Order: sequence, then structure tokens, then C-alpha cells
Amino acid sequence: MSAVEASLSAAYPAANEGRLGAATSWLLLTPLLALFALIFVTPVLGMLQQGAFDPDFTTRHFEQAVSRPLYVRIILRTLRISAIVAAGTLLLGYPVAYLMARAKGWQAALLGACVLIPLWTSVLVRSYAWTVLLARNGLINNGLTSLGLIDAPLRLLYTEGAVIVAMIHVLLPFMVLPLYAVLRTIPADLMQAALGLGASGFQVFRRITLPLSIPGIVSGLVMVFILAIGFYVTPALVGGAQNMMVAQLIATEIAEAPTWGFGAALSTVLLLTTLGLMAIFHRAISFERLAGDRS
Amino acid sequence: MTRSTTGSLRWMAVGYAVLAFLLLPTVLVVPMSFGRNPYLEFPPTGFTLQWYEAYFTDPSWMSATLFSARIALLVALLATVIGTLASLALVRGRLRGRAGLQLLIISPVIIPTVAIAIAVFLVFARLQMIGSLLAFVLAHTVLAVPYVVLTVSAALTRVDADLDLAAMGLGASRVEAFIRVTLPLILPGVVSGAVFAFIISFDEAVVSFFLSGVHDKTLPRLMFENIELRLTPTIAAVSTLLTAVSLIALSLVLLLSRLGRGRGQRC
Repeated sequence: MSAVEASLSAAYPAANEGRLGAATSWLLLTPLLALFALIFVTPVLGMLQQGAFDPDFTTRHFEQAVSRPLYVRIILRTLRISAIVAAGTLLLGYPVAYLMARAKGWQAALLGACVLIPLWTSVLVRSYAWTVLLARNGLINNGLTSLGLIDAPLRLLYTEGAVIVAMIHVLLPFMVLPLYAVLRTIPADLMQAALGLGASGFQVFRRITLPLSIPGIVSGLVMVFILAIGFYVTPALVGGAQNMMVAQLIATEIAEAPTWGFGAALSTVLLLTTLGLMAIFHRAISFERLAGDRS
Repeated sequence: MTRSTTGSLRWMAVGYAVLAFLLLPTVLVVPMSFGRNPYLEFPPTGFTLQWYEAYFTDPSWMSATLFSARIALLVALLATVIGTLASLALVRGRLRGRAGLQLLIISPVIIPTVAIAIAVFLVFARLQMIGSLLAFVLAHTVLAVPYVVLTVSAALTRVDADLDLAAMGLGASRVEAFIRVTLPLILPGVVSGAVFAFIISFDEAVVSFFLSGVHDKTLPRLMFENIELRLTPTIAAVSTLLTAVSLIALSLVLLLSRLGRGRGQRC
């Protein structure tokens, strides 16, 4: 039994008892499947077609994406930023998840709220906050100037660094929640026992906590990376046109180019990359972990 | 002090610093929305409600807000009905290919929204439905329905299916049993799903970016334009209000989940 099947049958114990017949079940699913067919699957297939036929079958649009230096640069930048953001959320998220897993009572509730509130606050609002903080006369520049650390305001906004910091901020909950889900299951006794046997705090972390939390780490890295490569709002507001990522390139092409073929092709590439990652790491993306106990 | 406690103190310090990083940016916008100067500064000088007044009296902000609210209410309704029915099938049904179905249902959350946005834009542009309420409602429902299915499925899993059978044994039809027994028990989960669907739609910026017309804009689309143009602190006021809406919604959901716990469970 795969991990997905195991987690699914754990979540749906009634499944084996099958209280609703197959016909009734499919009937109940019909509205959702009809909506998805009309507004999700068919449009996506149409987009695929628009990228590959112009009017006859052509790979022209796809070749363009990998041959024009500007586009190659944008694709490489997207992959680079997404990898750094995934690693960054892991480094910052691990201590938070660890804290949450060890906390009890009101402290646990408070920590949980601190992670859930940002997750449910508009991405637009949170990205806007970064444009305010990083602006030329923003809080960070003014703070550094009044402390005498810098003479003139630094250029912080519209840099790749700004995109990375803001994206780590926005995507951090998607790392913390799967890490927390795994760390919570490691019994505290295990660490106590190791300490009692003379291991140092670091040894306990390296030999026990870290290896046992690998499923959470993989799950978080995959989620953050997948979400990052398709991110639009934050890079558009914080990075600007100079630090364009793939989603912005697609948006610009669709908005400005006379034909939609290239935008559709690029969008298809992004989609297929995501689906490929989902296929490889489907064990890491579970139905429940994605919910991150949002309920 | 032992080694392990200094170690855990270090964890705690780093953990709390990261939480500050997570919360502070959004929190800092709040006082700035009350500053008197027509540009954003921290700490703000003076106190004024003029940016809130500007928002509530500006026809374009108001029409965008009402448009978004109308869309979000319809999405909440549609996604909750469709998602609850689907959850019943997923949790209580005899289904083949359940895992595949679940992957399909959550895929709108994982697949880049920009790809979905482009795909539906190409369709609605051809149908000349850019800026139409229906286009927004349908597209946002696809994005919101996974969250309804997740919350309602979780609620349904906690409810003992034998209760329905007991009701049916006492003469209720299957539909009656659902409406009078199961539905009241999962209601907190269903309402949570509706709240999530509302917020997903109300805050949605990417599909809105492509589907908005010249006049029919959603609130996030109008905010996006204003942030790019770097206009007055009105945008800080709008951000504060949006954050407040999210906080209210999340508190509601947490309250409901407390209500929902321990109802109709298997003993």
C-alpha cells in the first residue's frame, strides 16, 4: 500500500463499508465533475491546443521558449528563485514547526494561529506590505539611515533579493504545516532517551529528529517549489519587470502580444512541469497535509 | 542550566523571530493607514480616518468591493453545495479510483493559478464574457471547491455513518436521514467550507487579473493597479480592512471547529 493509499484509507474509514452505492456516489460527484470538465479540464486542453497549433501543428512556440536568450534567462531565474525560496522556507520553517510540535495548551493554539493567520491573509496585502517596507523611503531604509548604518537609502525594492525575501514570507506556512504534521508524531521520549544515553542536543537533532522528519521536509520543499515556480502576485509587485518570473512573462505575453500562441505554450510548459513534479512526488502531496489542518 | 535547555532556548528564540517575520509586515501596515501625510511613513504622524473615508466614498472602490462581495457570496454558495455532495460520495460512497479523484479535486490548489487563469481567459474571451459575473463565479468556484471538500470530508469522517442507518431503520428515507441527522452534525464543517470559499474568492488576484474588464473589476484587481501606481495610503486602509475580514473569517472557522468536535462520534 502506498503512502497516499494509507493516508486516504485512514481518512476515509467508511470507504470500506461503502454505505452509498456506486451509482449514488457518482451522481453526487456529477456537479463537481461537470464544473471541472467545463471550467478546468476543457480550457486547459484548449490552451494546450492553442500553444501547439497555429493553425497546423507546430512546436514553434515551444522552441521559442527555450531558444530566445531573454526567455531562457527568465526560466532559469524562476527555477533559481524557487529553489532558494524552498531552501529558505525550510531553514526558517523548521524551528517554528519544532516549536509548534513541542508546545502545549494555549501556547500551541497561539503558535498555530500565528501560522494560520498569514495563510488566510490576502497574498496581495502581504506583498503590498513588503513594497511599503522596502521602498526607498520605507521603514527599513529609514531605520538604517537613522541608526547611521547607511548614508543614502539602499535600493531594496525591485531586486531579486526582495522577491526572494517576500516569497519566503508568503510561502512559509506551506513549509511549516507539513513539517509540523511530521514532527508532532515523533515521541518526545525518544529524544529524552538519547539525551539520557549521553547524546548532545545537536547529535539528537542530527541522528533522530532530522532523519525522522524527512517526509515532512520533502513534502514542504515540493509544495513550496511547485507554488513558487507559478507565483505571480508577489514577484510582480516586489520584483517589477527587471526581475520577471515565468508567470509574469506569460501574463505580459497574453496582455500584449497580438497572438496568444506563445503565452499559451509557456503556460502549458509551466503546467506540465507542475504535473510532472506532482507525479514524481505524489506521495508527498497528501490530501490532508495540504489542508494543513486549516479546519 | 543543562545543555538541552540552552539548546531548546535557542530553538525558541529562532522560532519566535521567524514568527515575527511572518506577522510583522502585515501588522505594520495598520498604523500607517491612520497617518495624516499623503504618503506612507512609519511611525505615522498624527491620526486621521481620511483614508478610510476616501475608500468608502470613492465610487470605483465601492463598486469593486460590491462586485467582489457578490462574486464571493455566489462562490461560497455554489462551492459549498457542490463540494458537500462530492464529499459525501468520497467519504461514504463505494467508489473506484478514489485516490485519482482526490488528486483531480485538489489539483486547482497545486497547479499554478496563472495557468488556470490563462486557460479560462482564452475560453471566456472567445465567448465575450470578460468581466462577466458568471465567468468569475465559475472560475473562482473551481479554485474554492477543493477547500470545501477538504473541510466537509474531515467533518464527515468524524460522524458515525451508523446514525444515518439508525434513522433509516426508524423509517426515514436516505435524503431525510441526511438532512435531519448527518447535515446538522457536519454543519460546522459545511459553514467553515463556505467561509473558506468566500475568502478564497474575495482575495483572489490572479484569475481576477485576467477576467476583469475595463469597468467590471474585482477589489483585488483594483488594489493591484493601485499598488503598482503607488498611490495614497487609501490602499493601506483597504489592506487593513481586508486583513480584518480574513481575521474575522478565521476566528469564525476556529469557533466552528470547536463546536464541531465531539459531535455524533463513534463511541
